[in-house]
Amino acid sequence: MSSSFFRQGARAGMVVGFSTLPFGLLFGAVAVDGGMTPLEATMMSGVIFGGASQLVGVQMFGTHVPAWLIVLSVFAVNFRHILYSAALSPHLRAYSPLARFSALFFLTDPQFAEASKQVDRNGKVEPSWYFGMAFVVYGLWVASSAIGALFGRLVGDPAALGFDVLLPVYFLGLVLGFRRRPLFSIVVPISATASILAMHTVGSPWHVSIGALAGVIAALVLHKPAKTADAGETS
Amino acid sequence: MEHLTDLHTALVILAAGLATYLTRIGGHLLVSAMTRIPPRLETALNAVPAAVLTTLVAPAFFDGGIEVKIAMIVALLVGLRHPGLPLLIAGWGAALLLRHLFLS
Repeated sequence: MSSSFFRQGARAGMVVGFSTLPFGLLFGAVAVDGGMTPLEATMMSGVIFGGASQLVGVQMFGTHVPAWLIVLSVFAVNFRHILYSAALSPHLRAYSPLARFSALFFLTDPQFAEASKQVDRNGKVEPSWYFGMAFVVYGLWVASSAIGALFGRLVGDPAALGFDVLLPVYFLGLVLGFRRRPLFSIVVPISATASILAMHTVGSPWHVSIGALAGVIAALVLHKPAKTADAGETS
Repeated sequence: MEHLTDLHTALVILAAGLATYLTRIGGHLLVSAMTRIPPRLETALNAVPAAVLTTLVAPAFFDGGIEVKIAMIVALLVGLRHPGLPLLIAGWGAALLLRHLFLS
């Protein structure tokens, strides 16, 4: 029973893991190019497990930026995960504490997106499904980083290979997966506008948190109480 | 880089990992402190995927070149019918094709 959930999760992880493979290779290559050893690059993927923040961090390693600023930048890029863990929290209540705090370590963008789709489909996320996906994505991410670090010279120029487009297109696909959720058609334009404005005023990476908060606050404001009849019974 | 010892690098990586883990448990710690989640908050939490993921897409579209814009529109149209890998390949392929047509 639970092993079949694990296998389903692992299958979801395969699709995600192979789509993120180019980024792992890219990260490993950029890290070594910036002066890291392959071991350090691989360790970074294993410990942080967040592609965008790792790329930002690694680019700062090459400069003479103080360590605390590198840590703060990684924190800033990953700030959106606070919203992910808040949104997923109600569905982790059935998990044991160890499973819950282990699961949260693996809470990347695709992990959150796929887990949320599980909630839409089944009303919950089975722990074995969650870890099936998490282990596969994590394994492929760390492995592809190591390969990129060892054979980085083969990756070449990211723009010529279209990697810069791959990431937003990938996230576009994740966004589309939620188009049947309530308020989607209001939240998306608000978050889009806010993030673009913030990008050109406050700057990156804060445009992510500002744009996200704008959309979430819009939903908070526009919430309509459920229609009268079930007002008493739901909790 | 030369001035950084291996230990220094490792410590920075561990600190960055810890900072990341804090973001991944932070929201959970806030929400789990509540015994009951108010419906209004639940609506807001339901908006999180679209709200966050949109911010990773919109600026790239807005600031991207014409080939990026076209590629993302192609990906959007394909993705409405065929999400996942086909969307990714369509968007990526369109960008590569346009770049090679205009750059060579």
